[in-house]
Amino acid sequence: MLKILFFLSSGLFLGWSLGANDAANIFGTAVGTKMIRFKLAALICSVFIIIGAVVSGAGASHTLGKLGAINELGGAFIVALAAAITVLWMTKSGLPVSTSQAIVGAIIGWNFFSHNPTSISSLSKIVGTWIFSPILSAVFSFIIFFIVKGVVEKSKIHLIRLDFYTRIGLIIVGAFGAYSLGANNIANVMGVFTSSSPFHNMSVGSLFQLSSIQQLFLLGGIAIAVGVFTYSKKVMMTVGKGIFKLSPISAFVAVSASSLVLFVFASQGLKYFLISHGLPSFPLVPVSSSQSIVGAVLGISIAKGGRNINWRMLGKISSGWVITPIAAAILSYFSLFFMQNVFMMNV
Amino acid sequence: MKKMFMNRTKQLEGDIDEYLDKVTVSSLIFLEGIKSYLNQDTKRFETQYENITKLESEADNIRRNIKYKLYTNMLIPESRGDVLGLLETMDNVVDTAEKAIEQFSIEKPDIPKFLHKDFLLLAELSSKSVEEVVKGARSFFKEINLVNDFINKVHYYEHEADNVEEILKRNVFNSEEITRFSKKVHLRYFAEKIALVSDVAEEVAERLAVYAIKRQI
Repeated sequence: MLKILFFLSSGLFLGWSLGANDAANIFGTAVGTKMIRFKLAALICSVFIIIGAVVSGAGASHTLGKLGAINELGGAFIVALAAAITVLWMTKSGLPVSTSQAIVGAIIGWNFFSHNPTSISSLSKIVGTWIFSPILSAVFSFIIFFIVKGVVEKSKIHLIRLDFYTRIGLIIVGAFGAYSLGANNIANVMGVFTSSSPFHNMSVGSLFQLSSIQQLFLLGGIAIAVGVFTYSKKVMMTVGKGIFKLSPISAFVAVSASSLVLFVFASQGLKYFLISHGLPSFPLVPVSSSQSIVGAVLGISIAKGGRNINWRMLGKISSGWVITPIAAAILSYFSLFFMQNVFMMNV
Repeated sequence: MKKMFMNRTKQLEGDIDEYLDKVTVSSLIFLEGIKSYLNQDTKRFETQYENITKLESEADNIRRNIKYKLYTNMLIPESRGDVLGLLETMDNVVDTAEKAIEQFSIEKPDIPKFLHKDFLLLAELSSKSVEEVVKGARSFFKEINLVNDFINKVHYYEHEADNVEEILKRNVFNSEEITRFSKKVHLRYFAEKIALVSDVAEEVAERLAVYAIKRQI
């Protein structure tokens, strides 16, 4: 058991840093502008991330599994560690970072090391989704922005009451966002361990069963929740006041849009629904909530006439998108070499 | 919890409405007060002076109450400062109107008949500008798109008041009927006091314009 926990620790560490970083994408503005108290935000966020991870986390993990089926715990440990270190390093340098990109980079590093062919179709699907997701998020937020604006202006709600409704809206959309984040991004944290999961199926009472993978996701979800509680406040305060200055209502729009994006790239139910109706479906791929929110903010800026877009900031963010997977791949490759030759572990 | 929150919300909305009502009424009393003074209806004038003084302190209390509620209940964190700024400058309007009536009551300026028309017009324009700025403030809370219309009206009335003030002063100083210089200065002072109400209303309108832009979604 101790050995298992040791190997899982890198994934849990990655989960922790995901919680610390990405919760701010969901509740940053709400907490930063004092619309919602941090404790409430953290509670909602943690609960719904865990639910999302356990209930709906399998879809996106499956895609990662196709990219590189890491079948040894040691290998999975290194891959997750390389991704986690990349995330930490990028965060320290003040660059917005995506755990999705870090883990994909690290998996590719593993593929190279173990002479596994990287599935080009999976990779192109993933990279294509990365490019597409912020654009989709921008489109969503553009549309939602005009709906919300129309409703607020037509309904002539008093400022004080609008404030009340905005808070409720932020809580609901935050819960949805947390659910989608858990469903979509648990793959990053625990996806590499699924082929080597040490758990066995377990039934809780006679009511429901937790598969070995769901147990793994539960553990990952808890790690994310710990990240949310211990470290995300700081990040939320910077998001709320720093990079994107959003009003509570625009935050509602941005979070709705980016949550929808995370949701459509994670929901198996939606995928089957679309396929059964002969519609084009979304691939189930872990996407970055940070990129999604950047896309959503951009969508709002465009809706407002596109005046105050900070192109330099966008350039800086985009450079992070390229650096992250490459850095993670290189780090993963060399760490695996080290693990195999120094510690004589199977990777 | 939700009900409690909703009640608080409604109460605060009521408070703000009540406050704005007081401001409107004060501008009406201000006008009526000056009318009574010009008609030499002393009894009525003194009642109006009493009323506006009472109103001023009531408005003050409501404003303080709103401020307290906004901060203790953590409401509208984004626009809290703006709302308080708005209500505080609005308070200056009531103060200025009250002070003008008070000066009339204390100094009892002797206004010659031929100036009555100008003084009345000036008071009407000042009072109008206050009415419009209150409408602007109401729409700031409920219908942000209309704020600009009201602000424009405030600017218009303030500008007209300026013109009338100038004409009035010229009439005073060119007048051969008023012989003593001290009396001329005294009348000028009162013309300025009345016109000041519209200036203060315009200050509120200026702020309102900025707050409205900030509140655009």
